[in-house]
Amino acid sequence: MTARPHATTRDAPSRRPSSCSWSCPAAAFLAVVTLLVAGCSDEPWNSPYPSSDRDRAIHYDSFSERPKHLDPVSSYSENEAKFNGQIYEPVVQYHFLKRPYQLVPLTAGHLPEPVYYDAAGAELPDDAPREQVAEAVYRITLKPGILYQPHAAFARREDGSYRYHDLGPADLEERATLADFPEQGTRELVAADYVYQIKRLVHPRLHSPIAGLMSKYIKGLGEFGERLRAAEAGNRGYIDLRKYEFPGARVIDEHTYEIRITEKYPQFRFWLAMSFFAPVPWEADVFYAQPGMKERNISLDWYPVGTGPYMLTENNPNRRMVLERNPNFRGEPYPAEGMPGDAEAGLLADAGREMPFIDVAYYSLEKEPIPEWSKFLQGYYDVSSVLADSFDQAIQFNAQGEAQLTETMADKGIELITAVTASISYMGFNMLDPVIGGDSERARLLRRAISIAVDYEELISIFANGRGVPAQGPIPPGIFGHVEGADGINPYVYEWRNGRAVRRSLAEARELMRDAGYPDGRDATTGEQLTLYFETVSAGPGSKSLLNWYRKQFEKLGIQLVIRATDYNRFQEKVRKGTAQIFGWGWNADYPDPENFLFLLYGPNGKAEFHGENAVNYANARFDELFVQMRSMADGPARQALIDEMVAILRRDAPWLWGFHPTAYTLFHSWYGNAKPNLMARNTLKYKTIDPRLRATLRQRWNQPVVWPIVLLVVALGVSGIPAWRTYRKRQQAAVR
Amino acid sequence: MIAYVIRRILYAIPILLGVNVITFVLFFVVNSPDDMARLHLGTKHVTPAAIEKWKSERGYDKPLLWNTAREGADRLTDTIFYRNTVRLFLFDFGQSDSGRDIGYDISQRMWPSLAITLPVFLVGLLLTISFALAIAFFRGTYIDTWAVVLCVAMMSISGLFYIIGGQYLIGKLLRLVPISGFESGLVAAKFVILPVIVGVVGGLGHGTRWYRTIFLEEINRDYVRTARAKGLAEKAVLYGHVLRNAMIPILTGVVVVLPTLFLGSLITEAFFGIPGLGSYTIEAIQSQDFAIVRAMVFLGSVLYIVGLILTDISYTLVDPRVRLD
Repeated sequence: MTARPHATTRDAPSRRPSSCSWSCPAAAFLAVVTLLVAGCSDEPWNSPYPSSDRDRAIHYDSFSERPKHLDPVSSYSENEAKFNGQIYEPVVQYHFLKRPYQLVPLTAGHLPEPVYYDAAGAELPDDAPREQVAEAVYRITLKPGILYQPHAAFARREDGSYRYHDLGPADLEERATLADFPEQGTRELVAADYVYQIKRLVHPRLHSPIAGLMSKYIKGLGEFGERLRAAEAGNRGYIDLRKYEFPGARVIDEHTYEIRITEKYPQFRFWLAMSFFAPVPWEADVFYAQPGMKERNISLDWYPVGTGPYMLTENNPNRRMVLERNPNFRGEPYPAEGMPGDAEAGLLADAGREMPFIDVAYYSLEKEPIPEWSKFLQGYYDVSSVLADSFDQAIQFNAQGEAQLTETMADKGIELITAVTASISYMGFNMLDPVIGGDSERARLLRRAISIAVDYEELISIFANGRGVPAQGPIPPGIFGHVEGADGINPYVYEWRNGRAVRRSLAEARELMRDAGYPDGRDATTGEQLTLYFETVSAGPGSKSLLNWYRKQFEKLGIQLVIRATDYNRFQEKVRKGTAQIFGWGWNADYPDPENFLFLLYGPNGKAEFHGENAVNYANARFDELFVQMRSMADGPARQALIDEMVAILRRDAPWLWGFHPTAYTLFHSWYGNAKPNLMARNTLKYKTIDPRLRATLRQRWNQPVVWPIVLLVVALGVSGIPAWRTYRKRQQAAVR
Repeated sequence: MIAYVIRRILYAIPILLGVNVITFVLFFVVNSPDDMARLHLGTKHVTPAAIEKWKSERGYDKPLLWNTAREGADRLTDTIFYRNTVRLFLFDFGQSDSGRDIGYDISQRMWPSLAITLPVFLVGLLLTISFALAIAFFRGTYIDTWAVVLCVAMMSISGLFYIIGGQYLIGKLLRLVPISGFESGLVAAKFVILPVIVGVVGGLGHGTRWYRTIFLEEINRDYVRTARAKGLAEKAVLYGHVLRNAMIPILTGVVVVLPTLFLGSLITEAFFGIPGLGSYTIEAIQSQDFAIVRAMVFLGSVLYIVGLILTDISYTLVDPRVRLD
């Protein structure tokens, strides 16, 4: 299909800027122009947006760091997912309202379920033990009729040939951005696009962060990558991945494809919800791979092509990125079911209505938090996080210790939502270290004593403004395997008293120190004070108080903590090589499964030896054995029992000082609807609503210009000039003596 | 004069080479190619093979300065330093480590920088010279005393304070202009006016005091006494004689910064969300993008040298006694 453009992707201004741009003497008229611009508009003077946008359903948000990659094969960061999540559509997505998080079909007709086979090719039941499973096959059928956004890569001539697939140097001479390709087209999403993207994971010239990981699971993917590298050595142009086949992913028919996994790996379904497994049309790769395109910064990394509800129509990450409604989007109904309380909160008011509700989303670059916060308060951003500097201005705690908005915020109609994130911030003990690490009882007792002494409740209160939940183990709340209440506490650090977890006393910690052979923090044999080393990234004077706090926590046990502050590179190198003794680290979940946290302590994932994600190099044979079993099990009592045993081992060994699970605080204005936090989904813009009229009214009310101080200043300057004028006159009229 | 300029340009080559070597050494003392690869590839699931691939594609798998595995001239040329430096002297900045065309990005981002720095420079120069002349006129009076006190106070305040204070007062309390942001075209005026005001006010104290010193030095010269003895009005003395004769020290400080106006301001651009070259450099340092850092340092050095040459040439224009031989 070929169509004329609905919208074009704009970039920064033209490649060859006009000679006048800024060097003209226009600067002299800036003040006048500003007043004219402001005076002629209905918008408040301080509005950064044009008045024509006032009544439109536009979402205003900010970003602080330019997205590095928008190519779904490389994109992995949160700040990239903010855009890619709205553009690309994997086959499944997380339900917007239901908790615990569950997957629902997106472009797939049904939720993909694996079929297991043994080595002889015989089908196995769903609960077959992992040892018997030789292959897991996901057969996925797509919904028909899904169209891509309008894009130049799909544009065709009348004879059916592609308009922009055979461009020469002369054709590209005057083209600097995607907007310079006026003709656009679209086509239907097919299964081959998903298979094509899976092949791109090991493309010789692309860098997918999960290429190594997926090569372990997808059948033949690693070998396929090697084959591609060998076959295409020296080829700097387009590599037609359609020519190559591999057993791990293949097209069954136009709307069906299958993926073959080499073992029972139920977590693979969560990977299917990520943009790594979103479709990429081969036409886009052909288009962007043409000579001269990359030199003009025209690439898939800059101009994504998707089937989602939005498309990126302005990509100037130095200033602003704009998502606009994809005119070819098929529409999707807002969920009709949620959790208890969702209906009362108005979150089901839009049930069944066709999404998306917002027409355009503007994301402006804000490198500094102060202007961002001020603009949120003025109504120029719809949502904001709560910054440390403005925390007291926004949040107060009631007698029950619950966070609530201050009166100023509440008066403005601002609302607060909080959510414990699926992440953990912990202090790691390097298990390769001869003093603090290892499997000896002495080191274990020392680690447990420190775990009691370092008071994370205090840290959360002082340094995180109460935004966090002390961790009892590696699994955060909301993830299967996490246990609440008395059964869920870490008995080595806490005890259950009066219905809550209470940290054990320092006396107990000191006793553990004595048992470990360090009475009062001194080595019982040598009499020397125990000195430990804490590696951290130097964050300037701001982090000094936190580091001093750490020092004091260790001093409670008589341990001298030496802070080794260094730059990020050196810090990472020490952890990588296993030479850091104690260090702070963290992890954000890729998907809502306990495997994604417990694998951080799985022996074969040791960082020093195997370059894995087990930063403390913990290894315990029983834990590893249980991990392998647990990984391939479905959620249920049997899996919970294994997880309980694994967590008990970890609590006993204490390779981490469990730290805390941060709580995200989000503020939003009264005109912003359906604001339920979903920590797993990245495609949530389509669910959101905006009331532009209410926003315009409130903005007008909040931003009346105050001119009198300027008038006063001018008058004051005039009055202060009078004595100067008199002195001048006197001096001019003075006679020579 | 042409011979002089050519000589100065030739002198610039070893200077630029030296700047390049220093930038190169300092950068790679802090960041190894492995560090750069890790920062670009992210922190999760990164394999040693992926790091090697990233380095190989960008030429960072070669030795830094001397390749012992090669023979002859290749020992020097098959290195990271040589491969990256030679192109710079042809003003081919190449691609950033994230794959963007640096030359294109510079050509785009220098205009927003100029939108701030040029008005700040012109308005600031006009105001500081005017104030300095006025204060020089009132020398020895209470006006002079209080003006100097005010100047010292203003120059003692951090530039960051002016930025945050300006945003708070003009943008937040008085609500006269947007606190931050940028647009192209005429609408830009609305966004540019606050950083320009902040920039001008922030430089007023230092500039006024500096020019006042220059003017006072000139005012005590014999030719000024002669002009007064002729019966010239004080205004004519100041503008007709003192200002003209103070041009050499003024030009020394002014012309040299002219070319560097393109490079923008690091802090101002970050706080006001101006997509200029100042924030471009900061982002590159933060993301360990050596290709951009090297290009910006090189460009800064070239522009500074151009500024110095222009300063020398400007001397000949304001003082006929100066000859560039």
